[in-house]
Amino acid sequence: MSAAVARDLPASDAILSARGVTKSYGNTHALKGVNFDIHRGKVTTLFGENGAGKSTLMKILSGVTTPTSGTIEYEGKPVELSSATIARDYGISIIHQELSLAPNLNVRDNIFMGRELRTPTGVDFAEEARQVRVVMAELEEEIEPTTLVQDLRLGQQQIVEIARALSINSRILIMDEPTSALSAAEVEVLFGLIRDLTSRGVSIVYISHHLEEALQITDFAVVLRDGLITATGRAGEIDMEWIVRNMVGENFDLGTPPTSRASGEVALSVSSISVGDAAGSGNLVVDRLSLDIRAGEIVCLYGLMGAGRTELLECIAGRVPMVGGKVALEGEDVSRLSIRERIARGLVLVPEDRQRDGLVQTMSVGQNLSLANIGAFVKRLLLSTPLERSVIDQSIRDVRIKTANRQAPIGSLSGGNQQKVVIGKMLAAHPKAILLDEPSRGIDVGAKAEVFRLLSEQAARGLAVVFSTSEVAECLSIAHRIIVMRRGRIAAEFDSSATKEQIMAASGEAVVS
Amino acid sequence: MPLASARAEKPRPQERPGFARLLLEGRAFFALIAIVTVFSLLSPNYFTVGNFLTMATHVAIFGILAVGMLLVILNGGIDLSVGSTLGLSGVVAGFLMQGVTLNALGVVLYPPVWVVAVLTCALGAFVGAINGVLIARFKVPAFVATLGVMYVARGAALLMTNGLTYNNLAGRAELGNTGFDWLGFNRLFGIPIGVVVLAVIAIVGGIVLGRSAFGRWLYASGGNERAAELSGVPVKRVQVTVYILSGICAAIAGLILSSQLTSAGPTAGNSYELVAIAAVVIGGAALSGGRGTVRGTLLGAFVIGFLSDGLVIIGISSYWQTVATGTVIVLAVLLNAVQYRRRIKLPPSLGGSNGSSTASLQSGGKQK
Repeated sequence: MSAAVARDLPASDAILSARGVTKSYGNTHALKGVNFDIHRGKVTTLFGENGAGKSTLMKILSGVTTPTSGTIEYEGKPVELSSATIARDYGISIIHQELSLAPNLNVRDNIFMGRELRTPTGVDFAEEARQVRVVMAELEEEIEPTTLVQDLRLGQQQIVEIARALSINSRILIMDEPTSALSAAEVEVLFGLIRDLTSRGVSIVYISHHLEEALQITDFAVVLRDGLITATGRAGEIDMEWIVRNMVGENFDLGTPPTSRASGEVALSVSSISVGDAAGSGNLVVDRLSLDIRAGEIVCLYGLMGAGRTELLECIAGRVPMVGGKVALEGEDVSRLSIRERIARGLVLVPEDRQRDGLVQTMSVGQNLSLANIGAFVKRLLLSTPLERSVIDQSIRDVRIKTANRQAPIGSLSGGNQQKVVIGKMLAAHPKAILLDEPSRGIDVGAKAEVFRLLSEQAARGLAVVFSTSEVAECLSIAHRIIVMRRGRIAAEFDSSATKEQIMAASGEAVVS
Repeated sequence: MPLASARAEKPRPQERPGFARLLLEGRAFFALIAIVTVFSLLSPNYFTVGNFLTMATHVAIFGILAVGMLLVILNGGIDLSVGSTLGLSGVVAGFLMQGVTLNALGVVLYPPVWVVAVLTCALGAFVGAINGVLIARFKVPAFVATLGVMYVARGAALLMTNGLTYNNLAGRAELGNTGFDWLGFNRLFGIPIGVVVLAVIAIVGGIVLGRSAFGRWLYASGGNERAAELSGVPVKRVQVTVYILSGICAAIAGLILSSQLTSAGPTAGNSYELVAIAAVVIGGAALSGGRGTVRGTLLGAFVIGFLSDGLVIIGISSYWQTVATGTVIVLAVLLNAVQYRRRIKLPPSLGGSNGSSTASLQSGGKQK
């Protein structure tokens, strides 16, 4: 292992610090003046819900993005981390939540990507392979340097990603959800390695949703909420309860949990459906799952990353093929229908990734809103402008979109309003059941509350609503039922009187002993 | 698309005031005015009704191809096969005009001209359908699929005539198949039929894009195919349809061209696909899909046509015309980039080059 750092250490404990860092995307403020220290030779764990600003902060510290204001100090001196390459020169490397490997290249080429060992006659592949083997031996992984990354399991790919960071003599290693794809045994190895690294002076920033797991390794805990640091503490002074309290904070009113169970007819019935993983390896990401949702009922789907929520919802909507099982809408089997036909029958999906799957960026607010419901204003083959206008204006009012007018470009809206456009578009198709994949992702708290109020209203009119979330507080907002998914199956089911601890325990997030 | 995927959360720059923006958005239009002005000053023969009508008949061929190409480009695709389809259509029309010998029945059929036209358009649709199915169903990249079809169609045209040209397209009165020259030579209220056909196609195209569900589907699936599909847009059907329409446009252009030339040669339309693409790009459409208008594309076709004919009239070397064509295209793409970067959510509007240069392929139309 080459990550050892033998230098005279200055007196200061912080090796890299953020001072008053803010980051804004238009009207969205991801970070609002954050002071954050990475402690030398320690594990600094960053806790926070999705959208709290963790990833943004890490991107700034690793040079991927630059702050809107504020400074970064390295060894107490201000530095400009204007690119990832510069950050790397300071010994800062980041392991991203989403893997950043090239699947078509082998392990060796991925690990040395962009810094190949060049000789006058070309690249010294033998030396590269040797170094890869050394790192892999330390990681206790038997991965051949010439294996293609696409042939590795996700967990092994994660290991390659870690190996890459280790092989560049990192002094500061940022790990964003490094264990989400690892097995328990692999997590053990990783933790052993982290301890080994810190003992050699490497500073680690660790981010994880698995609170219990993260606590094992934490030296310093920092909690981030809505772009602000709400608490810091040393290991020994903190516990699970402290983290959760500071993460969730005072509950912004996201709605009142309904007390009675919805009593409508079953609107959407999913029986024993399975979905294979994207790589086609034969593993099931949704495993013989069955679920009934009644008209007027709001069901919350909770689970960690990789629990299979997105795959389940996309499968129900017809986006990804199912391996087996049946989806029925008001008793009619829709399993073999296309997305288009399912929408026509009243089964719609609001996808997780707004920009990629929800909006057509080249079109206006109005054109986006009317896209799923064009049939409603076609008269004799042509679109009727007055009819379309009335449909769009109705939608803008119904879902309360703040926009200059219907011709405004979709990109001029804030994230929350863009999300409302995606929801409004689907509601305009007059669905009987609506599936929302992480509808609160990347929108601020006020917009969240509005989205949930909207869903409550629609449910009260008889719409069956399923939404997924990875924030416990949202489970306890408006849902009649909370379904906790874990490894493609339903791990537990609660009614609205459940506690956060129960839900987190069922998801495997916090193992309450 | 790199331009449109720019972060949507970024603050939108304020509408840039007045003149600069007008110039940028109406660039194809201003370019056209500049071209007409400059050449009118340079040559007394340029600014005459006769010359404009002549130039318009040349533009018609490219304009028709370009409208078809626009549909494909709006979808985020590309159709390299239109030039070959044009050539093949002309040859097939020429073949049909010579009479079809049915050996089994021992008769020779001489289909009337309208039947020839319909069959030729059907052929264009068929070629387009091959493109569409390859791309939508078998996931062949549009560039590669249409490149292959381009070669096959050209080869088929050469095989049909053994490399020769059909020179007799007039038909014979006693066989009832005269009138093929109508498309190329007749006039309606003084306007050549080719130009009238272009106008009709452009108007129909404009209505389809602006006022029909299909048009909306096309803009949506070109702008973001995944989002369109999740919104219930039949993206595959849209994709196949645009290639069919592009093929039909190529066939119509092939009919008009062979009628204008009174001959149908297997090499007709060689590299016309590139002129069509250039017209679409100069017209402000984004090659990544989702942005572009018929109006812009027509302006683009006229910019290329008027410039190229103008250079011929004032006697500039055809080598320089080639250089000028390239310059126009590069400038157009540069300005598109400026427009879509600065104002990402601009409604698809007219646009184009800043009008300093030219296109040479135009003059090829009358030589073949």
